Amino acid sequence: MNSTMKFTEYLKYLSIGIGFGFVLVKSEVVSWFRIQEMFRFDSIHMYGIIGLAVVVGIISVQLIKRYNMKDANGDPISIPPKDSSQVTRYLVGGSIFGLGWALLGACPGPMFALLGSGLTVMIVPIATAVLGTYVYGVLRPKLPH
Amino acid sequence: MIDLLYEPWPWYVAGPVIGLTVPLLLLAGGKMFGVSANLRHTCAACNFGNVDFFNYDWKTAGKWNFAFLAGSIIGGFLAGYVFANPDPINLASSTIADLQALGIQDFDGLVPDDLFAWSSLGTATGLTVLGLGGFLVGFGARYAGGCTSGHAISGLSDLQLASLLAVIGFFIGGLLMTYLIYPLIL
Repeated sequence: MNSTMKFTEYLKYLSIGIGFGFVLVKSEVVSWFRIQEMFRFDSIHMYGIIGLAVVVGIISVQLIKRYNMKDANGDPISIPPKDSSQVTRYLVGGSIFGLGWALLGACPGPMFALLGSGLTVMIVPIATAVLGTYVYGVLRPKLPH
Repeated sequence: MIDLLYEPWPWYVAGPVIGLTVPLLLLAGGKMFGVSANLRHTCAACNFGNVDFFNYDWKTAGKWNFAFLAGSIIGGFLAGYVFANPDPINLASSTIADLQALGIQDFDGLVPDDLFAWSSLGTATGLTVLGLGGFLVGFGARYAGGCTSGHAISGLSDLQLASLLAVIGFFIGGLLMTYLIYPLIL
């Protein structure tokens, strides 16, 4: 994909994004309350959502691989594997993310969907999340991975 | 029928719909679903101080994802503003009791007004939840190489061990915050 992506290309991703943002709010995944409930193991709600999303994901990825499906542009679909030898980064980085997820009650997708729902104060965590990303980029050479 | 637009969706409907994002993006253009990459692309677009980690062609890597992100905001507007659910969330009563004991009073919307308001930024609690919460999400997501969408949904969908490790990390951090740290903050 070159940087002169056509308008219709953007429209495709914009539409999928609209569906994603819509279901995030309608399912209450964006809710701070639902995240607190999840980490207290008080309801099946979040586990059911993530679990079924993964089931649908696994089945569709397997089908795409098995039938060597091509994307809408006719290109083969390749999914780059992640480097699972970097155990530290996933456990430590993941734990830091988890601290933030429970504290803010929102992960990156919901932060933006909540902003769209009219919660303008979400600009603040979005800005500090960009800052956090930047600080990681600066410290990266010094951090254990 | 129109009620369906206003009502919350049950988990067994919402989960599969969210999962469909993975094949839709793959089939649309071979793209891997992952929201926090947009935070990195934002840094790459600015890249103050010429940080190595942000030296790449963000337009090629990230323009499609910014379009997806813009869509998520519009979707949030439609579902949370135009067709907003007028009723409070049907939370577990044990969670409500627990949060009330911590001092949360407002249970009306998607988030507690006690914390998610511009005025709460003047309090240490509000600043911690909104400011530090966002920072940890951004820092941790990049350190772990992805967030809930990139690891818990995309990565697990591709049966990646790395993503399973990251999700275990998400819960280590989340449980520490919920049971040990949050009671000190609220």
